[in-house]
Amino acid sequence: MAAKKTTKKKATKKATKKVTKKKANLRKAGPAERSGRKDLRGVALDSIQEVAEDVRKVAAAGRLPDMTMPQRNLANVTYDRKAGYFELKGNMKTRTLDVNSVKTFAQTLRLMALAKEMVADEDFATKREAYYVSKNWGDAKFNEQRESDTVLDDIEGMFSMKEVTRETLRFVPEEHGGSVVGNLIVVDKDPETGEDIRSDCAAMGSGAYTVPSSVDHLSFETTADFVLAIETGGMFQRLNHHRYWRTANCILVEMGGVPTRATRRFVRRIADGLKLPVYAFVDCDPYGICNIYRTLKVGSGQAAHVNRDFCVPTAQFLGVTPQDIIDFGLEDATHPLQPVDVKRAKDALKNDPFFQAYPKWKKAINQMLKMGVRAEQQAFAKWGLNFVIEEYLPKKIAATKNFLP
Amino acid sequence: MAKKAHLNAEQMAKTQREISVSEFFAKNRHLLGFDNQRKALLTTIKEAVDNSLDACEEAGILPSILVEIHQLEEDRYRVVIEDNGPGIVKAQIPNIFGKLLYGSKFHSRRQSRGQQGIGISAAGLYGQMTCGKGPRIWSKTKRGKMHAFEMQMDLTKNKALITKDEEHKEWHQKEGTRFEIDIEATYQRGLRSVDDYIKQTAVSNPHAELRYLAPGMEEARVYERAIKIVPERADEIKPHPYGVELGELMKMLRNTNSRWLSGFLQEEFCRVGPKVAKGIIKEAGLGERSYPTRIAREEANKLFRAIQKTKISAPPTTCLSPIGEDRIKEGLMKECDADFYAVATRPPAVYRGNPFQIEVGIAWGKPGDDRLEVDKTGRITKTKRKRGTTDTEDLLGNADEAVRVLRFANRVPLLFQQAGCGFTKAVTQTAWKNYGLSQSKGALPVGSAVIFIHMASVWVPFTSEAKEAIAPYPEILKEVKLALQEAGRKLGVHIRKGRKVASEFQKRSYIEKYLPHVGIGLQEILGIDNEEREDLVETLRDSMESTRKI
Repeated sequence: MAAKKTTKKKATKKATKKVTKKKANLRKAGPAERSGRKDLRGVALDSIQEVAEDVRKVAAAGRLPDMTMPQRNLANVTYDRKAGYFELKGNMKTRTLDVNSVKTFAQTLRLMALAKEMVADEDFATKREAYYVSKNWGDAKFNEQRESDTVLDDIEGMFSMKEVTRETLRFVPEEHGGSVVGNLIVVDKDPETGEDIRSDCAAMGSGAYTVPSSVDHLSFETTADFVLAIETGGMFQRLNHHRYWRTANCILVEMGGVPTRATRRFVRRIADGLKLPVYAFVDCDPYGICNIYRTLKVGSGQAAHVNRDFCVPTAQFLGVTPQDIIDFGLEDATHPLQPVDVKRAKDALKNDPFFQAYPKWKKAINQMLKMGVRAEQQAFAKWGLNFVIEEYLPKKIAATKNFLP
Repeated sequence: MAKKAHLNAEQMAKTQREISVSEFFAKNRHLLGFDNQRKALLTTIKEAVDNSLDACEEAGILPSILVEIHQLEEDRYRVVIEDNGPGIVKAQIPNIFGKLLYGSKFHSRRQSRGQQGIGISAAGLYGQMTCGKGPRIWSKTKRGKMHAFEMQMDLTKNKALITKDEEHKEWHQKEGTRFEIDIEATYQRGLRSVDDYIKQTAVSNPHAELRYLAPGMEEARVYERAIKIVPERADEIKPHPYGVELGELMKMLRNTNSRWLSGFLQEEFCRVGPKVAKGIIKEAGLGERSYPTRIAREEANKLFRAIQKTKISAPPTTCLSPIGEDRIKEGLMKECDADFYAVATRPPAVYRGNPFQIEVGIAWGKPGDDRLEVDKTGRITKTKRKRGTTDTEDLLGNADEAVRVLRFANRVPLLFQQAGCGFTKAVTQTAWKNYGLSQSKGALPVGSAVIFIHMASVWVPFTSEAKEAIAPYPEILKEVKLALQEAGRKLGVHIRKGRKVASEFQKRSYIEKYLPHVGIGLQEILGIDNEEREDLVETLRDSMESTRKI
């Protein structure tokens, strides 16, 4: 805690100097290439054809067809520090055609037919639109989008071994990704003219660049030193308003709760392509740690089949840690843990392979449980609105080796 | 305030005099079921029909009974009941129809509908009091001539005065009796109405043909006969020693013709032989050769106690004439169109020395709802069944209503005081959830069902003279519950099977509904033609259905 006291002005000066210094350190990254496989479209079409052909053969032979897909839950993933993300263990579920599964079976085939059409025509459907397309299917229609989303995830799981993702199948999520500001230039393409469009994330005024639903075609240029992934919009606004990204020479990403796939992929591409460290700044509560940070770093059980590309294994946990509550005198700015929080934390200790792999995390979570309180990012306002910019973040970033894994 | 003088005993004596039964009734008509105009109509018809059915059965005749209600004025109705019974000899007509407490049934221990000999004359009396005219009777015996009578009743003397007596040579019936009376009444439909009574009577008397004409009907409604066998005539029995109270025992001792106590016991009671009689007398500390008429109260009491202590076998049950399982089923099927019927009969039992027997029937499931049928190949088909009769709704309620309980004593429907009746108590104390009906605690079960309960007995323990509810003797409750459980088990098996078929049908309907979409999906992906698609769906359907069993 012996960090040097600096005034805001000094800090700004220093940072500005740094920026100028680092100007020479420009990094670039082109569009993503995946494992050398070029024609994912063809693979997708073949996969769909194969599944349908299988069903036809089995059915014509007078037997009951089935479809096999990986189980999508936390019990079917393993965590290996080397790989850095949740990997499927290989437990499969088989959906055999019977009275209980006939509806889902039909819906799966019909959604696959829709995917085939979209891949062929290079069109796309949002998950919501896919749900509405089913309204024309009569009895086989989905009653809620939740149902169609589940079937889509199943289809994606089925094809995941072939590296065909939902995006390749032309289903895109409705929600856009998070907001981005800072020393980053995103190079996109005009879908009509094919011309390059350069978005300077440092030139967004009081607004921000929005991560699109698909990010693999983007290129990047940056002079920043690190990426700061922030849980809440409120904290993001504060840091953006005071141009913290300029002071600290970084890129700010607002996750808005659990980061969407697009946001995870976006941060991953910056982290990999530009070789930047990623620090997560979330609330000190089981949701912030066990859901938001965990999903950002290693992915989720639900989407285990796509975690390989949709998480940021190099991410580190800046805060807020339970120890921060003590170190920064936030004890009286906390709230007691709710029963649901305690349950989530205990569940993570017991079932989550990620936390089980790190004694440091076990210790931190147990510490939180012992303290019985949670603290929000905004709690630092107790010491003044900009305490977080002037004191907390500089002190933490000065000692990145203390970050939780 | 003026002080009124008190009376002395002599003054009081001047105003004290005998009250005739008729006068008593005139003031207490509610005791006999004439408490209001609506009930008066029902009681009048009920008493007359009961008598007609009893008479026909005793004479071994298949009853054909006509019931008519004609509206004369706003609240005055003429009631006509005509039967094809044996008729009544001229000398007895004024007694039977004009005198209260006159009859053949009160003293006998035989199962019959009427008990006290009060009902039909009370109806006549009620008519005379409210409309000023006594009953009119037409009666013809097989050999005699037809007599038409009009009578007036003398309230104080409990006697009928015949005001008109005509002899006719011709009548439209070979034998029979027609009873006509004008009464102040109200005719209504619905629960506990005359309509209801007639219908329930048809249920419990499938051997009778009823023709019924009420205001608002264009022609008489006919309740057909379903069985052409007259119920067996029940034997008359002597009282069983256990069923006799001290006062009655003393009366019997006074009135007997027997000279010896031992003979008295054997003569006047059933199930008492020399050995049992000896045992009772020894227990009582009396002499076998005592004169019964000289037994004093103290000794009678000893005798009474001794009877209770002695082991005496149960009374014979030949005095009972149950309806029979087949007939209950016939009766229910005839008047209550349902999906399923279950009946159960208990062996005869005894309460307070009176033999009785309980029979129950359950009709369940409203037709007109969808019915599922499983054929030999295991395919389930859904059919809409048409309703057989037009007025089934009278008996069978909806699935979310409490079941209808039809209560019968010696084939007579009991319409009132359901809540206070032992039968109802037995129904609510039975755990219907075990048998597939829902039921809240202490309430009647809920479901589209009719529960039929019949008690046959030489003496039915009604809670009042109006014969509306059965007293809940533990022996009776127990028997009713056992019978309900037996029938309930059959119902439960049926309901559970039905549910299984329904859920299987529901599941199979998924195949019909969604399998074509499997075909469409395949067609869209693989580009196969319509014919191949339909073949595929057909093959899949066969594969799927053949893996399911029922």
